[in-house]
Amino acid sequence: MSYLGTGSKYAAASDAAVSSVAGAFVRAWRRIPWPVRTLVRFVLLMLAVSFVTFALVAASPIDPVQANVGQTAYLTMSPERRAALAERWGAGEGLLERYGAWLFDAIRGDFGESLRFNAPVVSVVGERLASSALLLAVAWLLSGVIGFALGVVARARRGSRLDRAICGWCYLLSATPTFWLAMLALMLFAVYLGWFPVGFATPIGAGTEVSFAERLHHAVLPALTLSLTGVANVALHTREKTCEVMASDYVRFARLRGESELSIVVRHGLRNLVLPALTLECAQVSEIIGGSVLVEQVFSYPGLGQAAVTAGLGGDAPLLVGIALATATIVFAGNLAANLLYGVIDPRMRKGVAHVGA
Amino acid sequence: MSSIADARHHDAEFHHHHAHAAASHHGGGHHLLTVEHLSVSFEMYDAQAPFFRAGRVLLPVLRDLTVSVHAGEVLAVVGASGSGKSVLASAIMGQFESNALVEGNIWFDGEAMDAARLAELRGRGIALVPQSVANLDPLMRVGDQIVGPTGRSTDARAAAERRRARMRELMGAYGLDAAVERLYPHELSGGMARRVLLISALIDEPRLIIADEPTPGLDLDLAVHALDDLRAFADGGGGVMLITHDIELTLRVADRVAVFHEGTVVEETPCASFASPELLTHPFTRALWHALPDRDFAPVEGESPASDAASVSVEGEGRS
Amino acid sequence: MSAHSSHTPATAVLHRPVPLGRAGGRRALLAWIVVAALTLLAVAVAGIVLGTRAVTADFSQANLAPSLAHPFGTDWMGRDMLARTLAGLSTSLGVGLVAAVASSLIALALALIAALGGRAADAAVSWLIDLVMGIPHIVLLVLVSYALGRGAVGVLAGIALTHWPSLARVLRAEILQLRSAPYLAASEALGVSRVRIALVHIVPHVLPQYLVGLVLLFPHAILHEASITFLGFGLSPEQPAIGVILSEAMGYLTAGAWWLAVFPGLALLAAVLLFDRTGSALRSLVTPEEVQR
Repeated sequence: MSYLGTGSKYAAASDAAVSSVAGAFVRAWRRIPWPVRTLVRFVLLMLAVSFVTFALVAASPIDPVQANVGQTAYLTMSPERRAALAERWGAGEGLLERYGAWLFDAIRGDFGESLRFNAPVVSVVGERLASSALLLAVAWLLSGVIGFALGVVARARRGSRLDRAICGWCYLLSATPTFWLAMLALMLFAVYLGWFPVGFATPIGAGTEVSFAERLHHAVLPALTLSLTGVANVALHTREKTCEVMASDYVRFARLRGESELSIVVRHGLRNLVLPALTLECAQVSEIIGGSVLVEQVFSYPGLGQAAVTAGLGGDAPLLVGIALATATIVFAGNLAANLLYGVIDPRMRKGVAHVGA
Repeated sequence: MSSIADARHHDAEFHHHHAHAAASHHGGGHHLLTVEHLSVSFEMYDAQAPFFRAGRVLLPVLRDLTVSVHAGEVLAVVGASGSGKSVLASAIMGQFESNALVEGNIWFDGEAMDAARLAELRGRGIALVPQSVANLDPLMRVGDQIVGPTGRSTDARAAAERRRARMRELMGAYGLDAAVERLYPHELSGGMARRVLLISALIDEPRLIIADEPTPGLDLDLAVHALDDLRAFADGGGGVMLITHDIELTLRVADRVAVFHEGTVVEETPCASFASPELLTHPFTRALWHALPDRDFAPVEGESPASDAASVSVEGEGRS
Repeated sequence: MSAHSSHTPATAVLHRPVPLGRAGGRRALLAWIVVAALTLLAVAVAGIVLGTRAVTADFSQANLAPSLAHPFGTDWMGRDMLARTLAGLSTSLGVGLVAAVASSLIALALALIAALGGRAADAAVSWLIDLVMGIPHIVLLVLVSYALGRGAVGVLAGIALTHWPSLARVLRAEILQLRSAPYLAASEALGVSRVRIALVHIVPHVLPQYLVGLVLLFPHAILHEASITFLGFGLSPEQPAIGVILSEAMGYLTAGAWWLAVFPGLALLAAVLLFDRTGSALRSLVTPEEVQR
């Protein structure tokens, strides 16, 4: 069940308690085509996230100006820009006014200047995201595919040694701190065995011309570490969902019609796991991004996650807001995609029946 | 084939622990299905004992149950809802919960069965007609579900085509539009769903159909249709075990009634016996008779709880 | 004569109950609970006893590999890593416990509001859940910690504010189910106030689910506290928390001082695993289908 789907579930549960005014509103809302409603919900949610993010950063006792007086970005700034910076992130005006001004600029694409990287926030985020993209994509795909396969196999062989091995391994992995796993990997494969470079996305001093092979070489260890922690989460959840499917009435009936266990897993299991898996894969986007902050920090990988840490520790308020919004947008895009895909995949929704997942 | 293949019993003749009906055949010289001394209990923690010290105890659900189905008849197993009748269906089909202790003898077509052989008979001799559309995969088209799993080899494809042809034949026979096979379960009406479930049993050409509460949720008209279809299957020489709590409706189509009470069959008797309480032997069956509509609701002698008997038919009343 | 009547009437066994096995069952659960409670106690005591030893430097003993005198080795200041690990673990468990309790209370309060406060309140809570889950956990933790000027309060608040959604959803569903019970409808009809109904009739009934949720929150809280501290946003470097210890160990990875990272990390992993398994065992206890098996 997608958490974004809960809205419609909530609505169904408390229909009886709708007052007449709210009822009219709800009826009008439901007449709007479903994809449009979903989009509106997403836009409103994005606005709320941007406000929360802005408010948290603006409320901080850390003064971005004082924290960065010595930074090049601040030293080379024009007096007007300095004043604007102090006004936006200081404690002068009311929060709402400052957020309004920030939003006004942000809609036009101006997220301010990063104080630590001496460049517009948009370009820093873009650059860092491009650098992280490979890492995130590989980890997301690997953990999703391997995790799903392990989860289904574990349940299909429930109670067997294979099942217990997979579950034990996943319990162990999900209890392992991501950053510690990254440290162990770094120690073993980069320092002790010397198979991989110790850090950074490119060889130091290589300039801008870096071959794809070199980039790959630097990304392998962080990507594998990130995948490994993701696998446990996906596998355990997939196994749980598979258990639910295999305990359903339609699987019981298929068994009583003489269908073999393997055939049931293939014909009914996989089919009914598509929707939960979709939800899971989208939730995994958020997990992977969170994990990338830790892994990039350990491997000194110059991606978005590492920039977030630099911005947070360095009092780089504009960049911190920019990064938080960028990650939230990716998570939202994933969930939006899942919600729209539900409509395509689930025949109950395709025919306009208001029902999300299961 | 034995020479007594078509031997019939006289109406109400009593042997093999039960009375017979006119339709009851002993094809091949034996019952189609015989269940003898079947007991099912579930191993659970003792609810009376302190939580962490509780030992495992056996909770009986079926006790020493004996029942038979003949070829060509509809046997109704009638009992209150939630009294364990479905456990009987599962046991006959060889499906057991992991914590179940199942003891007893089951014969199908004269052969003694064990768990593995019962499982082999699923879809190859014994077929189930389940209660509702919830037993169909919500994401698979109805036609593909009726046809069932098929392999990829040329032979398997040809077999699948034959099954599909048979499905279309059956759908035609039961008045289902050809477009129904392209529908998803949630798009079926109650009447369509019922026929789809029946066809998914008939396509395997079973010799015995177990129908587990096929009527609840259907209006009277549809319920009668459902039972008539089962009757027709029995008239064609098959056996039907109809598991239901609706005695009133049952008496219209069944040949014999097995009265299910407190985990066992207390009386197995032809429907004709319900003409008069004197023909019924067990106090619970008599209580059931008295609880039927347009009978006097007389208090019943004996140890049997009349209220329990009443609940059987009262639920039947509430069906439509 | 029918064929079977010549058979002997001895009844065959068609199926036997599958034994529960070592992992299942109530005794195994009891064992988990006892071990977890004892560990919690032992680590807390060790943290208090070893508090000073964990921060005492002895430069004559610096950078020693594990030995009998120092089973976990020593760091560059000659501090005993076993003492530091245990003290760090007790700090981490303490912070995790407080944060988990706070987060679970938020979950309980919001679940009550969502389930009893009418449609608008329900929608508001579900909106809040979407909001919190819309930003990756670690990023949100960094934001909250930044908002509170880093330090212990930031970590506590951050974990408390980010970990409640899943438990809130479970409790809300549970309360909605309870609410349809006749005795609650009767209380409502009698005009008993909603707050009173919530506290007297509902909270005691969802207590098992609440406690299970709390125990399951605990390992997550420990993990995230360590993570955020490791990044430099959480507890201050003077406190011997696991995150701090591992963050310091980062500087010595290339020097080959593997023990600085391996043992504290293993201790953290063991603690998280222990409480996660205990929570799962407890959850199977309140899940009706599994209670009897």
